[in-house]
This record gives sequence, structure tokens and C-alpha cells, in this order.
Amino acid sequence: MLNSESKLQGKIFSSEIEQEATRDGFGEGLLLAGEENSNVVALSADVSSSTRCNLFAKKFPGRFFQIGIAEQNLAGVAAGLGVSGKIPFIAAYAIFSPGRNWEQIRTTIAYNDSNVKIAGHHSGLLTGYDGATHQALEDVALMRVLPNMKVVVPCDAIEAKKATIMAAKISGPIYLRFGREKTPVFTTEETPFVLGKAEIFWRPSTGSGLKKPQVLIIACGPILYNALLAAEELELEKEKISVIVLNNHTIKPIDEKIIIELAKKCGAVVTVEEHSVFGGLGSAVSEVLAKKYPVPIEFVGTQDTYGESGEPFALIEKYGLGVKNIKMAVKKVIKRK
Amino acid sequence: MKFLESTANQLRCDVIEMLTLAGSGHLAGALGMADIFSAFYFHILNHNSQNPDWPERDRLILSNGHICPVQYAALARAGYFPVEELKTLRKLGSRLQGHPYRKLLPGIETSSGPLGEGLSQAIGMALAARLDGSTGSPQVKKYHIYCLMSDAEQDCGIVWEAVMLTAKYRLSNLTAIIDRNNIQSDGFTEDIMPLESLRDKYESFNWHVLEVDGNNIEEFIDAINEARAIYEKPTLIIAHTIPGKGVDFMEFEPAWHSRAINKQEAEKALKELKTLKGRLESE
Repeated sequence: MLNSESKLQGKIFSSEIEQEATRDGFGEGLLLAGEENSNVVALSADVSSSTRCNLFAKKFPGRFFQIGIAEQNLAGVAAGLGVSGKIPFIAAYAIFSPGRNWEQIRTTIAYNDSNVKIAGHHSGLLTGYDGATHQALEDVALMRVLPNMKVVVPCDAIEAKKATIMAAKISGPIYLRFGREKTPVFTTEETPFVLGKAEIFWRPSTGSGLKKPQVLIIACGPILYNALLAAEELELEKEKISVIVLNNHTIKPIDEKIIIELAKKCGAVVTVEEHSVFGGLGSAVSEVLAKKYPVPIEFVGTQDTYGESGEPFALIEKYGLGVKNIKMAVKKVIKRK
Repeated sequence: MKFLESTANQLRCDVIEMLTLAGSGHLAGALGMADIFSAFYFHILNHNSQNPDWPERDRLILSNGHICPVQYAALARAGYFPVEELKTLRKLGSRLQGHPYRKLLPGIETSSGPLGEGLSQAIGMALAARLDGSTGSPQVKKYHIYCLMSDAEQDCGIVWEAVMLTAKYRLSNLTAIIDRNNIQSDGFTEDIMPLESLRDKYESFNWHVLEVDGNNIEEFIDAINEARAIYEKPTLIIAHTIPGKGVDFMEFEPAWHSRAINKQEAEKALKELKTLKGRLESE
């Protein structure tokens, strides 16, 4: 059942659940951050409309900078603003920022410790029809590996808004990941959101016939919704498998404490991300557990492949990120215990 | 002027001594730019060595960070840190990193080394200056941003992204200076990636361009003053310098871009510098 402390939406599994893109959460959050602090500025590489910083640009035209299709310059200019007392947000497609400008981010932002907030948009397979060249499946890995870079993957539009507002407040560089497609809004304004602190969204229902949790599902981003659907279906199936679902929005600094505590409780882990199984959430979790509490792990994510053009949710199914894939991974990891 | 010239000479000596001790580094560019660094830190820049973070200071960005030994020498001589510390260049634990690191040494505005990134950052600083100026804050006077670049780094695509953006925003509080010394790692710039006409390129990108002898301090200062007086466009000063300037056997020789100097060669070079190429020998 849903963890009541997480204050998630009621009717979370209804087909009428509200849908909003995380990029819209970013747009709202950026505007609010800009209203609260006049040092917040925004920059975009010709994609201000699709990354939703046009809301901010409209209200604060003097604080928005259109850089054009030049992501490397985008990072450098933001770096200069960030060491000059400003709080710059750079918004571009994740595959180009941090893809194309990775070294500029490394040297001028992370190494330099410039107060820049990097918003990577159109991340994951849900980017859809544009195809592989625009579907970032490696961006978390690219950012996670940089010293002095925090990495956050919000699970819905409300969390995206909170993450954006938080980013403006914290000191130092941070990477935030957003998606293009409308996805379910399953958190509420009251759902706790603290940088570096993972939240339990699902715990085993108290009912007869259910065992204590057998698997810990650790997920991040909008795909977490599929983990919740899987958790509910697993309980209702004949084998009555019970799981915990953890919303691990902060990939770095990762919440080691709760991951270890829950791994001990469950004895097996499945990670779920809209990203390659190399280098992202799954790898981050493996690093923690391999060092401190090794348990069998199964990784749900793209299996070292590029995406392709297609209807977004069809891509999720084709590339193995669907509810059935998560359930299969749970059953597989139980056998390895 | 005499003071600036003798300071430039002092910086050259410092650079030779530093690089000999360090065992590696980039000599030719550092020596060639000694005059400009003397001019900046002892005349042009509005700065305060005792208050490196003074908000109204002029900013100097060294995009071609590999020539940092000459900047370190200028900073030390200007009082940002003890001259003794120059000996620690590139050593483990030193604040004088092989390429400048913003977080360690006072006076360094940004970390550099990877070429092409200075102008972008200079734009960010110029935009911040404009934002602060435009909010009418009485405390913040108008400060200027200078971005030093090498000629070879004009090979980098990101430079041209920045060149276009500087012109788009008409950032006249930003002046770029290119060290036109014609050399890079693999040889002469015009063999590796022909840059001429550099002036035409920047002018077509809507910059105002000046060209001077970068080893003539008076000429350089005049150009800076002209640049600061232009408001409709950003200005580029193409400063023609002699790589390895001041040391006979190094001048014009591309190998000295990154060749390490040994004790013997250092002695010879220092003697030349200290006696102004033998002219003072007889005195």
C-alpha cells in the first residue's frame, strides 16, 4: 500500500490521474525561484519554449539570455554568471547539455565551483518521436561521475517544481533531469522532498497472507509510477509478493543509510530508471551495496542500447521498462536470494 | 613607462626561474606576454591586491591558462601573495597549479587550461556586471572585463560561439586580447590552421578590431584606452608578440611553446635578461 507518510495522491491508480510533464514543473519552479530571488537568471540554447523557461523569460526579460544553438557557450556563460553572484539555470536538451558541453561543465562549472543549475530536458525514451539522437540515456552517468556535482531526477511535475526551487537555494552546481512527455502526477505538495533523502512510497499492505517485504525496488523519475503499479499487481497475484518502493530522486549524494537499511530488511533489490543500466541509478546503488551490504540486484533500464522513434509509451514497453518487466525482475531476483 | 618595462623584465626572469624549478611548463607564450602582464597589473587594471574579491575590481581572465606562470609572477609582484611562493609552481600541494585553479590562488578569476572557454565566462561576468549596473546599485561602479586568449585557441569552435554572443549583446564592458605569436604545439599557426585574416573575421562578426605590437607597452596601453572608449561594439586587440621574447635563443622558436628548460639554458637566459642582452655588461 502507499506509504501514508508520503502523502501521495489519492486514486493514484485511476485512469483519470492527472498528467503533466516534469518540464512544466521546471517552468513553474523556475518562475517561483525567480520571483523569490532577483539573482536567479536563466539561459537557454534556442529551446526556451520547449524547456518552459519562456514563463521566466516573459516575466523577467532582462534576466533571460538566449544563447542560440551553442550548448558549450551556454555552460561557459553560465559559469561566468555563477561566479559573479548570480544563480544561473541553463536549460537545453539533456543529450546536448550535458552531452555536448560535458567538458565545459566539468571545468568551468564543477571544478570552478560556479553556482550553476543545469536542467537537462527531453531525457529518456519518453522523448519519443525525435528518436535516438535526442533520447538521453546517458546523462545521469555523465553528471554523476563529476566531483562537486549533485544529481536529482524528479518523479513527477510537482517534485520537479520542488527540485527546481531547491536548486536555486542550495549552493553549488547541480544537475536536474526533466522529461518532455506528460506523465502521471502522483505526489502532492505535502509529499516530503529533501535533497539527498530517499522516500518510501510503497510498503507491504497489512493483510493476511502477505509476507514481510521480499524485494526493495529503488526507482527515480516518472518511470517510478510503473514501479508502483508493479508493486500493487505483485501483491494481488497468486504468489502475493510484497515489496517496498523507494523514490530515490537524488542520485548524488545518494541516501546510503536508507538503501542499506532497506536492503537488509528485504534481502534483494531491483533498480528502475529511464536510463542505461550502465552508470546511472542502478550503478550508484550497486556501489553502495557492494561495499556495505551486498545483495542480489536486478537492473531495469535500457540494456546498453540506443532508443528509436516511436510513440513514447510504446518505447517504454519495447525497451523493457514496462510494469511487466519490473515484475519479472522482482521474481528473478527473489530466485537469486 | 620605464617602471613598466623593467617590471616586464622582472616578470621574464621570474618565469625562467619558476619553470626551471618546476621542470615543465610553457615558456614561449609566458615570455612573450610579459609586457602585457606588466601593463595590466601595474597600470591598466583597477584592482586591489590586498582585497582580491573587491566587487568593483576589473576582471582579467586568462583563457590561454597554460601561460599562467607570467600571471602568477605578476600577481606576486603586485602583492597578491609572497614572491617566494613562485618557487612552488606545479609542485604537489602548491597553490600555483600547472593551469590556474580559481579556488586556490587569490587573483585568479577562473580556472582555465582547456582552451576556448575564457571568452564564454567573460561574457557571463560582463552580463552580471550589466545586470548589477542596471539595477542602479550605487555601490557597484562600472568595472571592465578583459579576456586574454591565444591565437591558436581561435581554432576552437566554442570561441566563435562566444564571439557571436558578445557582439549580439554589444558587450562594450568586455575587451578581448589575442596573443598573436604565431605558434602552437605542433608548429606555426598558419601551417596548422590558417587564421588570417583574423582581423577580418572578428570585424565581420561585428567587433571593433585594433592591432598593436604586443611587446610595446605604450602602444598596448593606448589600444586599451581606445577600446574602453568604444561603446557600440566589443573590442578585440590583436597583440603581435614574439614568442620567447627577451631570450635570444628562444625567440620565434615553436619548440619553446612547451619545451622544458634546463639549468644551463636558464643561466644563459637570465644573464641575457639581466644585462638586457649584453648592453649593460660593460657597466
